[in-house]
Amino acid sequence: MSNTHSDTVRFVRETMLTEQAPPITAAGPVGWARANLFDGWFNSALTIISLVLIYMVLAAILPWVISPTWNAGSLTECREILVAAGSVGEHGASGACWGVIRERWLQLLFGFYPSELYWRPILAFLLTGAALAPVLFSGASRKLFYVTAAIPFVMPWLLWGGTIWGPISIAVGFVIGFFANRYLSDVFGSLGGIIAGVALALIWWLFLSGSVADVLSGIIPIGIEPVASRDFGGFMLSITIGLVAIGLSLPLGIVLALGRQSDLLIVKAICVGFIEFIRGVPLITLLFVASTLLNIFLPPGTNFDIILRVLIMVTLFAAAYMAEVIRGGLAALPRGQYEGADSLGLDYWQSQRLIIMPQALKISIPGIVSTFIGVFKDTTLVSIIGLLDPLGLSNGIRADTNWNGIVWELYGFIALLFFVFCFSMSRYSMYLERKLKTTN
Amino acid sequence: MKNAIFFGALTIAGLAAGAAAAGTLDDVKARGKLNCGVSTGVAGFAQPDANGEWQGFDVAVCRAVAAAVLGDATAIEFVPTTGKTRFTALASGEIDMLARNTTWTFSRDVDLKFEFVGVNYYDGQGFLAPKELGVTSAKDLDGATICIQTGTTTELNLADYFRVNNIAYEPVPIETNAEALQQLGAGACDSYTTDASGLAASRATFENSADWVILPEIISKEPLGPLVRHGDSEWGDVVRWTLNALIAAEELGVTSANMADLASAPGDNPEINRMLGTEGTLGEMLGLDADWAQKAIGVAGNYGEIFEKNIGENTPIGLARGLNAQWTEGGLLYAPPFR
Repeated sequence: MSNTHSDTVRFVRETMLTEQAPPITAAGPVGWARANLFDGWFNSALTIISLVLIYMVLAAILPWVISPTWNAGSLTECREILVAAGSVGEHGASGACWGVIRERWLQLLFGFYPSELYWRPILAFLLTGAALAPVLFSGASRKLFYVTAAIPFVMPWLLWGGTIWGPISIAVGFVIGFFANRYLSDVFGSLGGIIAGVALALIWWLFLSGSVADVLSGIIPIGIEPVASRDFGGFMLSITIGLVAIGLSLPLGIVLALGRQSDLLIVKAICVGFIEFIRGVPLITLLFVASTLLNIFLPPGTNFDIILRVLIMVTLFAAAYMAEVIRGGLAALPRGQYEGADSLGLDYWQSQRLIIMPQALKISIPGIVSTFIGVFKDTTLVSIIGLLDPLGLSNGIRADTNWNGIVWELYGFIALLFFVFCFSMSRYSMYLERKLKTTN
Repeated sequence: MKNAIFFGALTIAGLAAGAAAAGTLDDVKARGKLNCGVSTGVAGFAQPDANGEWQGFDVAVCRAVAAAVLGDATAIEFVPTTGKTRFTALASGEIDMLARNTTWTFSRDVDLKFEFVGVNYYDGQGFLAPKELGVTSAKDLDGATICIQTGTTTELNLADYFRVNNIAYEPVPIETNAEALQQLGAGACDSYTTDASGLAASRATFENSADWVILPEIISKEPLGPLVRHGDSEWGDVVRWTLNALIAAEELGVTSANMADLASAPGDNPEINRMLGTEGTLGEMLGLDADWAQKAIGVAGNYGEIFEKNIGENTPIGLARGLNAQWTEGGLLYAPPFR
């Protein structure tokens, strides 16, 4: 009996086995299903119950949604088409009446905006998208920041129309304020420079800009056809209110949050008072103030644009919430960050800009985006004060005798559009979180 | 922050732009546009069509006034108002007149300081019920569940009516007309009560409208009419007599078809002559052109024509004239003489 290996073992493999495909039950769709759907009897049962539920919901909804009524001109016609197609339920014809969407979808999107001018809101929103790109995506060209700087003036001009000198003269105010701040802060110090800049800009806007714009538009009349605020409606109105409120509430909210943490007593008291007051009142109350109370307090004959009033109120409302979200981010920063900034010899604004805010905002992203989404959905409240946002318009459309009695189709269409906007905002926030890796 | 200042500046500019306190008539003429408050959508009375043009029975009153004052039935800014904002919009001057199926009541006229210039539709509260419920009268509704819009006068009328007749009911509060119809269709309530004009339009939306019945009882008086602010009687007169011109035109047989003939030269009927401005100076007394009534009637015809086009028996809403017939035909419409 030899003790060598080859004697004791009959067969030794000398080459590696070629790799085999994994068994069909462990890879591919089947493997995935086994791992995720049928992992044990309990999960299998849950999967089957869920599938049955999904099937039941779809079986109830899909036959209603898939309905050959796109070309119908009235609810009665829809019903005739449905009966002719044989889809009759226990309560008569069953199926959606999509004719109303075909006839009114432009109205639901643009309200009463003149149809030959639809390009203006579209262009305005596209430009806003371009303006937001460098803020939102790090990959975008830095040159787009010029668009970002111009958009606060270009967007209202495109939407409301009128002479081009109005927005230009408003913009000149910012230039005045900027240069006043830059050169006067050497004389009066940093705070004095800011105050002087704001004061000079205000003087320009309140007393000079209007007449200068009038004179200029008299000399060189460049302008586009003005559109009254009352013609705004539908999703255009929602997006306008949402964009302005979102765009303005973030900077306002940052200022308020900083003010609330300030050591200056009066600044702090004003900020706390403002935030707590606005947060203590429902948005709908503020909207009623905008639509009715202001009318009574302002002198008779005052023509203070209703959409402007609503914009201001929604912006203030969103800013108060935004301030609290950002304050949460500020509070979450370790004390050492503030002290580190101080020890580097940075002044207040520098430390905020370079050290504090980038970190605080990063922490606050989920809260900021959910505030944005909330504000955008809250814009539908304006239908209560008689502005024709999509929900307000749906009421008007139902008052048309052709479409009286249609409910689900309109609400479904509106819900779909809102979902698209809110879902993309939420996906963007997830992208941003992944990119910035908020792991502190 | 900077943009807030921008909007603030716009605000101040807006404040500075508006500064006038003359009479409403002069304001409207100076503005070249009538601000008319309408509802956000009531079938047959006010609704935007697919092109964004406002249509309806109440809207026609606005158009007639705009035509009488400005000579242009399209020189109107329609301000959609809800039940909650309509009175403040009028009181604050945001709108010049309100034509939004508003019931003329004591407290609105006296306490809220408005002036109802007339009635363009005599309505009343009724009941809609499915035929299979087997009721033929509202008094058979003992123990029924009834859908009712909250916070309206209809709610109070309903409570009064059932108390007077000593029968019980269970209210199902709902917010909008569309919600009521859904509830009614699903059988969540036995009956729905609101203004009878609304019931007819609602019944028309059911697929088998013959299966639904409007009960014969009308349990309240709802005179609906246009209104203006207290304290500006000149403007009130303009709106009142424009409405009266539409009503009188029907009584006198002036239609959109024969008006041009009647207005071309003074005819045999002196009242028609005075109304159309071919005789006398009625227009001048109102502060308007002599042909103000011609323009008002020229928009969509006389009261009867407007009624037939928007809510009459040939429309899906299908309202009979009933109380809204001329007094000569057993109705309540009675325009004072043009003299």
